[in-house]
Amino acid sequence: MKTKTKRKGAGLTVFFSVLSLLWVYPIFLVIENSFKKKVYISKKPFAWPSGKMFTGLSNYATGIQKTGFVQAFGWTLFITVCSVAVIILCTSMCAWYLNRVHNKVTRAIYLLCLFSMIVPFQMVMFPLSKIANMMKLYTPWGLIVIYLGFGAGLAVFMFSGFIKSIPLEIEEAAMIDGCSPLQTFFYVVFPIMKPTAITIAILETMWIWNDYLLPYLILDIKKYKTVSIAIQYLRGGYGSIDMGAMMGVLVLAVIPIIVFYLICQKYIIKGVVAGAVKG
Amino acid sequence: MEKAVKRYFPIFVLPTLLAFIIGFIAPFFTGIYLSFCKFTTINDAKWTGLDNYIKIWSDKTFGHAFWYTAAFTVVTVILINVLAFAAALALTKKIRGTNLFRTVFFMPNLIGGIILGYIWNLLLNGVLQMYSRTLTYSSVYGFWGLVILMLWQQIGYMMIIYIAGIQNIPTDLIEAARIDGADNKQLLKNVIIPMVMPSITICTFLTLTNGFKLFDQNLALTNGEPSNMSEMLALNIYNTFYGRTGWEGAGQAKAVIFFILVAVIALTQNHLTSRKEVQA
Repeated sequence: MKTKTKRKGAGLTVFFSVLSLLWVYPIFLVIENSFKKKVYISKKPFAWPSGKMFTGLSNYATGIQKTGFVQAFGWTLFITVCSVAVIILCTSMCAWYLNRVHNKVTRAIYLLCLFSMIVPFQMVMFPLSKIANMMKLYTPWGLIVIYLGFGAGLAVFMFSGFIKSIPLEIEEAAMIDGCSPLQTFFYVVFPIMKPTAITIAILETMWIWNDYLLPYLILDIKKYKTVSIAIQYLRGGYGSIDMGAMMGVLVLAVIPIIVFYLICQKYIIKGVVAGAVKG
Repeated sequence: MEKAVKRYFPIFVLPTLLAFIIGFIAPFFTGIYLSFCKFTTINDAKWTGLDNYIKIWSDKTFGHAFWYTAAFTVVTVILINVLAFAAALALTKKIRGTNLFRTVFFMPNLIGGIILGYIWNLLLNGVLQMYSRTLTYSSVYGFWGLVILMLWQQIGYMMIIYIAGIQNIPTDLIEAARIDGADNKQLLKNVIIPMVMPSITICTFLTLTNGFKLFDQNLALTNGEPSNMSEMLALNIYNTFYGRTGWEGAGQAKAVIFFILVAVIALTQNHLTSRKEVQA
């Protein structure tokens, strides 16, 4: 009996090992093709880049140069980090207030936040891009405001869920000891909320870093691009894609994400699970 | 305490509220209003009543996009959940390398939709080339290509949620069922599935809405080609706005219908599956 289950376990391990290799193959394929000359990429995508097919790093050079990849990467990093920081700070304060002060206004704001979570982006896409344009929010700084507004729903909802479980006595004690509401929030409440804040930060980072349509419609594309916009930009006119440059840029876009993931995967997976349970 | 906090409205709530108004409330209500207007930008809107909604009926691409999206969503919801659940069951048995497999399967989730689209564009076109076809040869290739892409992206995510659900089942519950003589099938049907119902609710909800709202992957993989036949709802709405002049109103009307669809699906699904949740 025991040997049977053991053999079965080994079989599963082999099966999943093969599956894992298949799982990373698409990324491997892109890396492999990034070293090939343009013409061979669509002709012989599965061939090893050897002999006359090999071009060294020239695909990377043209890719970076054509898309302005370095700047795009910098802007994406800037937008993501700032937006997430602003979202965490503002929505946690907002959620705490909404749960501590009970009146019609706070109730209405909370319900609107819940409501916003089921509204697809296409619903607000056109008016939002026009309003943002009128308010001159087409810079990365303006985009941060939009992300705060559009990301508020989920973040307020998740913070609220946690705040409801914090016993009021802790905050009352702090207030009696002479803390102002701001001090109470930053010295007492926020430190307790840290795990929730990390979860939200992970979910929002995954969204904002990879977002394409919102920045594409809002930003002044001639001046500012994000990584996703830069890649889509390579498509250019109808159907004509510089496959060499594309491969180089894809690799450059994927590698940092994978490195980041391998470093903080524990937090990311935990955050996703926690986020799913509360969402 | 409430009184002391109350005065701090401008500091605590106002920044988020203002951004929320700019980023969501104002565009949302403007959007509903605009769906009843003829316009090219917000300022020149003229009330035309239901004209836009009537105009959609003459647009065959929208109906096609709807059925294409619906079929895609049904296929991906079933495949992703079944495969993710099976993988989760296998990986919660104590086999070697569980953590490594989990790490690998989850990874595609962090890669953006545009990037995923182009990665699979290369791979799938490479395979189809052997049969002298391309992804944009017919919408059937685009459909299954997109299904494969979504499986690759989302199975890991859902698997993680299912694993957490399975690990939350109290072990004495499973032992008790074993002592009562339950075989593997009965254990799965009568203990494990009812106990992970909350995870099933979440995962079906996520896969449903992800399927319906899919945009980036669709844009990058096939861009709706050949001639809008592999176009899903979100991309169809986008193309109506930005690809056809004079159709902005119809685009907004489509967006309103799209919103109602997503909202109804999300709420019904949540209602249906959360009724089946049980307590240990």
